[in-house]
Amino acid sequence: MSPQPKILKVLNVLSASLVLAAFVMAMFYAPLEKVMGEVQRVFYFHVATAWVGMLGFIAAAVVAIIYLRTHDMKWDIIGVAAVEISLIFFGITIVLGSIWARPAWGTWWTWEPRLTTAAILEMVYLAYLLLRQGIEDPERRARFGAVYTLLGGLSVPLTFVSIRLFRTIHPVIIGNGGSETMAMTGSMVATMLFSIAAFSVVFITLFWHRIRLGQFANQVENLKMKVSM
Amino acid sequence: MLKTNVTREKPASNYMRAVMAITWKDLSAELRSRELLSSMLVFSMLVIMIFYFALELDVKARNGITAGALWVTFAFAGTLGLNRSMAVEKDRGCLDGLLLAPVDRSAIFFGKAISNLVFMVIVEAIVLPVYSVMYNINLFNPGLLMVTLLGSVGYIAVGTLLAAISVQTRTRDVLLPILLFPLAIPVLVAAVKASSGFLLALDMSEISPWLNILVVYDLVFIAVSFMVFDYVVEE
Repeated sequence: MSPQPKILKVLNVLSASLVLAAFVMAMFYAPLEKVMGEVQRVFYFHVATAWVGMLGFIAAAVVAIIYLRTHDMKWDIIGVAAVEISLIFFGITIVLGSIWARPAWGTWWTWEPRLTTAAILEMVYLAYLLLRQGIEDPERRARFGAVYTLLGGLSVPLTFVSIRLFRTIHPVIIGNGGSETMAMTGSMVATMLFSIAAFSVVFITLFWHRIRLGQFANQVENLKMKVSM
Repeated sequence: MLKTNVTREKPASNYMRAVMAITWKDLSAELRSRELLSSMLVFSMLVIMIFYFALELDVKARNGITAGALWVTFAFAGTLGLNRSMAVEKDRGCLDGLLLAPVDRSAIFFGKAISNLVFMVIVEAIVLPVYSVMYNINLFNPGLLMVTLLGSVGYIAVGTLLAAISVQTRTRDVLLPILLFPLAIPVLVAAVKASSGFLLALDMSEISPWLNILVVYDLVFIAVSFMVFDYVVEE
């Protein structure tokens, strides 16, 4: 087991302090939103976590293709890391969104395209994890996992399109006061961009850690095999 | 000696022949046992009845909900058939035998997909009239039939691929709907909306976006399944 590389240690500290700074900015630097009030401050983290979830989603789909081409187990470890991070961050996004939606839209949940797509994406990820759980052979687990993430990467954008169409044909009663109509001042934009940057660093840090964890798990697996032989 | 094959047209290539052989094998096995179709059909009938009691489908509610009820029935019956059709290949090592055949492996996929599609269409061809009679609603609408076919093609394409995956896992048939439903959402949403559009006789301009999604989904997932099936059956 190798110790954490120096850059990773730096990243640990950096992500913690950046998130703290983003939190302070969202709470004190960004001005109070006139219509929605204090609860609007959750928006900065909401957008940032959604961004991280999106990064993970794209990374997972790309890595799946690379795995299928190379059959190198390294890419499988990276793929799982991307999926797990995306799962967690989209989960946080949905919860933060609900906290914001309750006072803003008057409901915890609406079948809004982005919301619904995020929820379905979570289902795809959970199905992916269940699929992996049901396969013992690591090589086959990696192969099926990659195929499934690839299918998910194609189907989820189509889901988004179809639900968006679903909502535009039927008039949207609640949700018209969404982020599109939210006028943002300079300091609000700055806070949002800073949060996105901060969470991008968090993404890299977590990604790295999760990949290392995957490598260690692999080593343990190999050691177990050796002992049992 | 009787030549029974004289009337049957000879497929153009080796590939097509392999596809047809697998489809033919499935269909003739089904013709003899009838276990897959009969369970799909009885199951569909039960689902339709449960819908009646669960939703109290009176005349008014029927028009709005018919498309949804039909597609839920098709989707559930579809997973039943998909599971079974792959399980029989796996159980006695048939799949390994098929893989040994010197043809492109995607031929196996297309063969299985076509036979699955035939089963699903047969079930739909029986469910639609029965539903029409039981709920006194006319479902013989060319648009609706076309949507049913388009939706089934996409559903079966991705379903056949995922059934080939799930049959090789520990949890097997439990896993298929979990894998399939989140990926089949676009096809289900589009099929339900297009079907109810035709049933409510909406303007074509409101229906055509859904038809576009169905066609795109079908093409994308047939192409992708064709490309990745090799990875699914690779040993």
